Formats: sequence, C-alpha cells, structure tokens
Amino acid sequence: MIDWKRWFIKDNAAIPLLAILSGLLFGAFVMLLGGFNPIDAYSHLFRNVFGSPYDFGETIRQVTPLIFTGLSVAFAFRAGLFNIGAEGQFVMGMTGASIVGVLLEAPWYIHAPLALAGGALLAGLWGGLAGFLKARWGINEVITTIMLNWMALYLSNYIVRAFLLEPKQQRTYLIHDSAKTSMAWLSELFGSARVHWGIFFALLAAVLCYAFLWKTGQGLELRAVGHNPHAAQYAGMNVKRNVTKAMFIGGVFAGLGGAFEILGVFHYQVIASASPGLGFDGIAVALLGGNHPLGVVLAALLFGSLSYGSAGMSFGADVPPEIIRIIIGSVIFFVASPGIIRWAMGLFARNRKRKEVA
Amino acid sequence: MTYTAVFAIACMIALTGCGQGNSSEGAASPSSQPPSASSESPSSSPSASGQGLKIGMVTDTGGVNDNSFNQSSWEGLQQLSQETGIEVKYLQSKADSDYLPNLNQFAKQNYDLTWGIGYIIADSMKLSAEQNKDARFAIIDNVVEMPNIQSVTFAEHEGSFLVGVVAGLTTQSNKVGFIGGLEIPVIKRFEAGFKAGVAAVNPNATVSVNYTGAFDKPDLGKAAAATLYNDGVDILFHAAGSTGNGAFNEAKDRVKNGQKVWMIGVDKDQSLIFGNEVTLTSMVKRVDEAVKLVSKSVIDGTFQGGTVLSLGLKDNGVGLPADNPNLSQEVLDKVEEYKAKIVSGEIEVPTE
Repeated sequence: MIDWKRWFIKDNAAIPLLAILSGLLFGAFVMLLGGFNPIDAYSHLFRNVFGSPYDFGETIRQVTPLIFTGLSVAFAFRAGLFNIGAEGQFVMGMTGASIVGVLLEAPWYIHAPLALAGGALLAGLWGGLAGFLKARWGINEVITTIMLNWMALYLSNYIVRAFLLEPKQQRTYLIHDSAKTSMAWLSELFGSARVHWGIFFALLAAVLCYAFLWKTGQGLELRAVGHNPHAAQYAGMNVKRNVTKAMFIGGVFAGLGGAFEILGVFHYQVIASASPGLGFDGIAVALLGGNHPLGVVLAALLFGSLSYGSAGMSFGADVPPEIIRIIIGSVIFFVASPGIIRWAMGLFARNRKRKEVA
Repeated sequence: MTYTAVFAIACMIALTGCGQGNSSEGAASPSSQPPSASSESPSSSPSASGQGLKIGMVTDTGGVNDNSFNQSSWEGLQQLSQETGIEVKYLQSKADSDYLPNLNQFAKQNYDLTWGIGYIIADSMKLSAEQNKDARFAIIDNVVEMPNIQSVTFAEHEGSFLVGVVAGLTTQSNKVGFIGGLEIPVIKRFEAGFKAGVAAVNPNATVSVNYTGAFDKPDLGKAAAATLYNDGVDILFHAAGSTGNGAFNEAKDRVKNGQKVWMIGVDKDQSLIFGNEVTLTSMVKRVDEAVKLVSKSVIDGTFQGGTVLSLGLKDNGVGLPADNPNLSQEVLDKVEEYKAKIVSGEIEVPTE
C-alpha cells in the first residue's frame, strides 16, 4: 500500500505544499502592487471552483486532461526520461480520436473505445518514436520531444485541413454521436457542465500507473533503468527496450487525455495556431506531484482549479488576466525550484536550532 | 523567528497601503465603470441611459490587446459605457475550452448581453444560448441561428474593393499582391473584393495571392511579403491579423533600402502603428461601431435576436480611414465614385 506517513510527514510532501503557498503569497504580493485585493481575489477563485455544481463540473473537466498529461510526464520520469513531448502526444491523441470519430461509423460500444484506442495508439507511437531515437542512437529525448511537439501540431493541422474539414469552417466535422464519451446524466447533475467519462479513466489510469510501476517486474525494470541505466544493464536488463517502452506508455497516457478532450468536451478539432498547452502544464503537474501517480492526481486538482478558478478572479475581483498568469506562473516557478524552498526551510531550521541552544 | 514574522507583516502593511494608492487610478482594471458624475449630467437623456445594464464580452484566444477586432470591440464597449453608464466587463479566453464557461459565466450572472468576438466562438455560443434561453448574445464575424443570438457580419468585400481601386490606380509595376491568414469565408471575401477592385480600374494588373495558414505568425507574413515583393509586386494588401505585421516589417526594410513598395493595412487604420512611409491606406472594419450599435439596441429594448446585422459601405461598417495622406485627390475621387456605385447597387462586389 501507499506509505501515507511518508507522504504527509517527510519533506517531499512539505516542499510542494510550501511551494504552492509561496507561489500564492507571491501572487498576493503582485496583486497588491497592481492595486487589487488578494483576499477578495482568492476568495473569488475559490468560489469559482466550488461555488456551483456547474463550476465544479467544469473544474473537473479542466482537471481531467492534466491528470493524463501529468501521468505521462511522471511515468517517463520514473524511467529517467524527461518527456517534454506530452504536448505533442496530447495533440496526436486528439487527432487520432478525431480521425476515428469523424470518418468511421460504428455502434457506440465499438466506436468510442476504438476512437480512444486510435488516439492513444497514435500518441503512443509519437512518444515511442522519441524513445526509439534515444535508445537506438542516443539522441536526447528533450530535444526530440520538443521538435516532435511542433511536428505534431502542424501534422494534425494538415490532417484536419486535408481530410476532416467541414466546409466553410475552421474545424473538423462533428464526431458521430456513437464516438462521444460525454455522460448526459452526470453532465445534468453538474448543471450541464462538460463532465465526461475521462475523469474516471484518468483516476483508473493513475491506479494502473502505480500498480505497473511498483507492483510488477516490468515496472521494477523501468524504475531500475531510471535510477541507474548502467547498473540496470549490468543486471541484465534491456535498457533500450525499456526506454522505448517508457516513452510509448507515457505517450499513451497523454494521448488518452487528448482523445477524451475531443470525444468528451469539444466533439470536434480546430485548426490550431498553437497547441493547447495542457502537455506543458503536465510537466508542472508531474513535478508538483513528485512523479507519483497519487501526487499527480492531487497536483492536477490544484492546477485545474487554479486555471479554471482564475476566470472568477477576473470576473469577480477584476484582476486582469495578465496578473493571473503571473500568479499561476509563480506557483509553477516555486514548485520547479525546490532548492529555494529547501534553502528557506534550512534557514528556518537553523534559526530554531540556535534558539534551542540559547 | 519572531523578527521574520514581524518583518513580513510590516512588509504586507506597507504594500497594502501602496496598493490602495494605486487602485484609485484603476486603469489596469478590466471592468470599467464610468464615474457616477457623468451619468448624472443633464445632457444624457433618460432613454439613452444604460444605468443598471450589464454587458459582457468574451475574447477569442487573441486576447483583448490584439491590435485587432478584440481590442476594437472592447474600445467600443468602453466608449458606450462612458456615454450611457452601462457596466461592461470582459473575460479573456486562454484556450478553446474556455469559450463556453466564459459565455456561461456572463449568462448565469444575468448579464443583459454577452458578446463573443470572433468566428470561432460560434459553436460554444450556440451551446450556451441553448442552455441559457433567457440570456442574450451577439457574435462578430459569424452567423448563429438562434432566437437569442444577434449575428454581426461585415461586407469585407465592399471595403476591399475600394482598397483594390486604390491599389490598381497606384501600382507602377501592374503587379499587386494579397496575403491572407486562413482560407475561410471571411478572408475569402477580402480577397474577392480586392481582386474585383483592382480589375475594375486597371485590367492590366495581376493580383498574386498567398495564404499563410495562420493569423499569428509574423515570420510567415514576412516571408510571404518578401516572395511577392521579389516577384515585382509593389503593393500588398493583407488580411492576416498579426501575420500581417511581418509583411509590414518586410515593407519597412525595403523602403529603408530605397525600394518603393506599399502595404495596405486591415481592420484598423494601420498607418498609426506602422507609419505613413509604408502604409498606403487601410481597409478599416468598424467592429467598435457594430458593438456599440447592437449594445445600444439592448439599452433601447430593440434587440433583435435571431437576425443577422450585415454592415457594408452604406452603413460605414467598412471603408477607408478618414485620413489618407498618401492618396492623391484623383485617387480619392475615384474611390468615392466607386463607393457611390456600390452603395447604389450599380456594382455588385463578388464575395468569393
């Protein structure tokens, strides 16, 4: 089972929490400088997340893809790989789902799973490609995944424009009803917020991710490769295969997120001039969550809430969107630089020690 | 440790004070309410007063400072707010998934009208309008057939015809060019009108067309402009958002090096941004006027949901800017002549 004590008592849980707090405090600082009331703003943020069933449902909608992309980055991280390509894999997942959702016709119990599988597979291959390049020729996955992000964006734009475009629109045809993963009754429950099956699959994916990494032999191998590839090699493990596999599975996670976004939320794909950014947020989510599936789910909750709730800050407390981005950015900054927090904690601890001596 | 805490609190207090000082200016606030004095002034007649009315606006992902139609719309709303005392507010969309919650936010807060700025918001607006049957919406650049949505489109082809006339009369090389963003109906109207305008006054001139595939890629605009200018084109008209900024940069470089080339701007009077050395004229699209017009109809109680408001030359919805220092009287007379013909219906400008 998960070692709860380790999670809440040891410093690896304290650091993210302090980082979030510092980020929010810094945000308050910026708001004060800009002449806005931070307490008012944060209370509107909170209200915009929990204030009504609709808002809560939309927050869940925002959280869902972040869990997927967070898992994608965290999984690859466990195998010692920095998957910056969750963004591109997410886009490929969207594209795969759109292709199957628009072009195919089938009963729902075949169509929806097939569309999901299409998205996941395409994204998995996209991630696996970076893994393969790393395994075969030792090309750094950071560079390949960044480049593959752009290729994914333009390739998917091309596919949408060439094969799926609804005339006189900037988007694909709507996907067939049979491919949709929206949940009418749940949506109804949340005041017609766009809640869909994705959230359940995201939680399931987190459980599977945990079980795979910590409860199976293959997971052990992956983590061993992540800890020390040379030692893993010496122990007789196939490092190259594990690298490719880790990137493939990471891609599948991100791809499922993208696929659900199409099948559950939009029901179409637009010709985008920039990728949606959820994959990049996934990096922050994974970092914040300590690359652990449970942490990823919690971090995604935080990020999704911040991101959705920020509209409330803009609406209720008149904080302009630019300042809200600074706040979210500063949370990411503090999370991504645990050294600062450790240093601050170190000062704190030394202070206390000195006092005890006196 | 206590010192740290005291210091932190002191900092907070100091900053709060400073923050309050700033807030009185309120310039950075997205909500703009006019000072109460203006609404009490005797000049504002009671029928035009929008006291207590609230109008919201949802931007597309371009954001409210896009130098283009989002900005223009917001300026229109702010002006109206100052004139009539309505309360206005905008929500910026970070991603496509934000459109629906942003529209719903306004609708659920009982805003009297919610604007969606841009072609792409149509699908989300339709959903929001179905979920909030009592709310009123209006959209720019697209048509949504719902009883509670007013659609606003512009006759871009008519305005583009006039800048086509300008280009046809001004070109030395008999080669002019058009740079478009995405190949969508709105932009097609620009292209078709421009071509027709050039052909009307200068049958020998050719129009080269280049679609860059993006509205936010100045590098692509610069490359496209370079290709066309190298080809002998001396006047370029763009309808490509900030992609066109790159085309302007290319033109500026060339003018600096002594080559005589021109750009024709779009949406706003772009000579104000890029200068009169390169900006021949602009095809101005009065989004701000349209926003004011429809918003006023809500104030008067004459809002017509389910209809399409199409603004053309005769409504001054499109056209040339007021000042055209680069155009001779001769050219301007010709423009007026064609404008009259289009308004009277003598010339029908093609849309694609």
